[in-house]
Amino acid sequence: MQKSLLLGVEAIAQGAIDGGMSGVYAYPGTPSTEITEYVQHSKQAKELNIHSRWSANEKTAMESALGMSYAGKRAMVCMKHVGLNVAADCFMNAAITGANGGLIITVADDPSMHSSQNEQDSRVYGKFAMIPILEPSNQQEAYEMAKFGFELSEAFGTPVMMRITTRLAHSRAGVSIQEAVAQNEMKLPEDKVQFVLLPGIARKRYKMLLSNQEKFEAASEDSSFNFYKEGSDKSMGIIACGIGYNYLMENYPNGDCPYPVVKVSQYPLPRKMVEKISADCDKIMVLEEGYPVVEELLKGYLAKEKVIGRLDGTLSRDGELTPDMVAKALGMSVEEGIEIPDLVAARPPALCVGCSHHDVYRALNEVVAEYGTGRVFSDIGCYTLGALPPYNAINSCVDMGASVTMAKGAADAGLIPAIAVIGDSTFTHSGMTGLLDAINEKAPITVIISDNESISMTGGQESSAKGKLEDICEGLGVEKEHIHVLLPVPKKHEEIKDIIRKECDYQGVSVIIPRRICVQKNIRDQKIKKAAKARAAAKA
Amino acid sequence: MKTDMVIAGVGGQGILSIAAALGFAALDNDLYMKQAETHGMSQRGGDVQSFMRISDQPIYSDLIPKGGADIILSVEPMEALRYLPFLKKGGYLVTNSTPFININNYPEEEKLVKTIEALPNYILIDADRIAKEEVGSARAFNFVMLGAASPFIEVPFEYLEEGIRKIFGKKGNDVVDMNIKALHAGRKFAEEHK
Repeated sequence: MQKSLLLGVEAIAQGAIDGGMSGVYAYPGTPSTEITEYVQHSKQAKELNIHSRWSANEKTAMESALGMSYAGKRAMVCMKHVGLNVAADCFMNAAITGANGGLIITVADDPSMHSSQNEQDSRVYGKFAMIPILEPSNQQEAYEMAKFGFELSEAFGTPVMMRITTRLAHSRAGVSIQEAVAQNEMKLPEDKVQFVLLPGIARKRYKMLLSNQEKFEAASEDSSFNFYKEGSDKSMGIIACGIGYNYLMENYPNGDCPYPVVKVSQYPLPRKMVEKISADCDKIMVLEEGYPVVEELLKGYLAKEKVIGRLDGTLSRDGELTPDMVAKALGMSVEEGIEIPDLVAARPPALCVGCSHHDVYRALNEVVAEYGTGRVFSDIGCYTLGALPPYNAINSCVDMGASVTMAKGAADAGLIPAIAVIGDSTFTHSGMTGLLDAINEKAPITVIISDNESISMTGGQESSAKGKLEDICEGLGVEKEHIHVLLPVPKKHEEIKDIIRKECDYQGVSVIIPRRICVQKNIRDQKIKKAAKARAAAKA
Repeated sequence: MKTDMVIAGVGGQGILSIAAALGFAALDNDLYMKQAETHGMSQRGGDVQSFMRISDQPIYSDLIPKGGADIILSVEPMEALRYLPFLKKGGYLVTNSTPFININNYPEEEKLVKTIEALPNYILIDADRIAKEEVGSARAFNFVMLGAASPFIEVPFEYLEEGIRKIFGKKGNDVVDMNIKALHAGRKFAEEHK
């Protein structure tokens, strides 16, 4: 059998391709980005004409995937956990419309917040929407679950969530590849009003979703991804979810875990297995990556079941699980290595040498000092590093697009001038609508769109904003004389300061666009160009 | 056999190519492997690490437990020390001696060297110099480092050579040969200094 070396995210992508997917829709976000990138670079996907272009944000991606499902084809939408907040409107309602072609929502959570603002657990959303959730424990399962997820989705006419976390997303292993299945033919839904969520229809659809719950539970019971493993020591039973199972078994390398175990990789929980372990064992330990979702459910508000895990301090309440944390919870001793010597200094991430954001912040800081600090609202991207020394330039980073609207709100409160700093791609993701709010009220804000013509933090993907920013701003209603495009380089320092100062004094919306390509993106682009040239020369 | 190693460095130093060579070496020889790495925000000049696990038995965890690593392989001396809690008793710390200084409070080099030399098992190697002077390419320093760690990795040395062939094959024989030369140079140094 063919074995490929794949990251967890790549395994999902290859699994989806082999599972007859016709399109992947996504906005980049760590740790989910490489699913879509893998499809974009796959020769097989190109030959099969699988859609893989980036969407403007997670909501547009989710809606496009639902549209593809409506037309009878298999679609996947991918995002990081906080991206699901953006897509949530469509996500929740898609559970009511149901799916026609197989529809998988793949969400990559980031417990311990390696690259994120929070560590929300997407299983809560899955339960909220009342749809089946798949949570692979390893790369092989991730691969197989993509195809299985499409089948499950079509069998019950429901969207399916695939939930992974950082460690599986970004860990590589050998994956056995199976034979690919063909894509679906286009086929419209049999029920012509299924996707029309008028109250009368939505009520019917909702009842269907409710009546499906029992079937989803039965599917979990039968799933080969869930199992019950007997053990001789009934003083405790362990429910291990997703990669929590790996950390358990890591501590029993010969597979000789003495306790009965329920391994869960498909939700809703397999009820019979849970009932059995509860009946057989004195207490239950729950190992799950993320929130204590299962633990809380089993324990109940009145804590009538003896359940231990993250809520009672057996395991840390926050952060990702680790094998040694689980070992300690199992009462095993952990012999750690030597402590980190004191001389080891923190090495925080920093803007690259030559980065355009550096020139923007240097000028902005000098101007802001004239008005008093504490008035710069920023956003999600490399430029968020402006919060750290040596810049200490920004006062907020909350969600995609919040810079513009938080600046507006602060200006409404009297903080004038209020300044927003947002990236090009973040602006087209979720900043445009906020700018419209500001324009409609002529709010005295200055929006700096620090345009590096790339989605840089996630690896230099193509920005939806490219070549469109001035037109978008003008179209939304920013006055032409208050839109400035600048070249952020050291020798323009004074000029940049003058423009920022002038626009800060203007009592309306102004947009300043410092534009210079991301240095990393530029290096990559040059490499690609050089390679293309070499190929052309070789042909000639 | 089973080897667990932490590969450490600073974002942009290319530690993932070391992991890739090892990964192919393992996979092509029917060994199990798992390799967890850092993506995203921390890549920008911050500290990065990769957990590399190779075994002839199935591997469960993508993370190496604390006190579980046989080797810390670091392409930067201060970064090597950051992962000491992961090093097993009797495990080896193999590190490049050339510092990568992009912070103001980087420790004094002399103190850094003393701290490393106080460890029971270590290889301190100037991979940058060896790559430049003995191999003929500064860029090959990563594979000098892999070579220096190779005596402690329970994977046959030929497998590592195959791994390098696999990742650099497309770039032509010169690149392959240079990196294999680097691998040998690193190994020779480690054999003489372990």
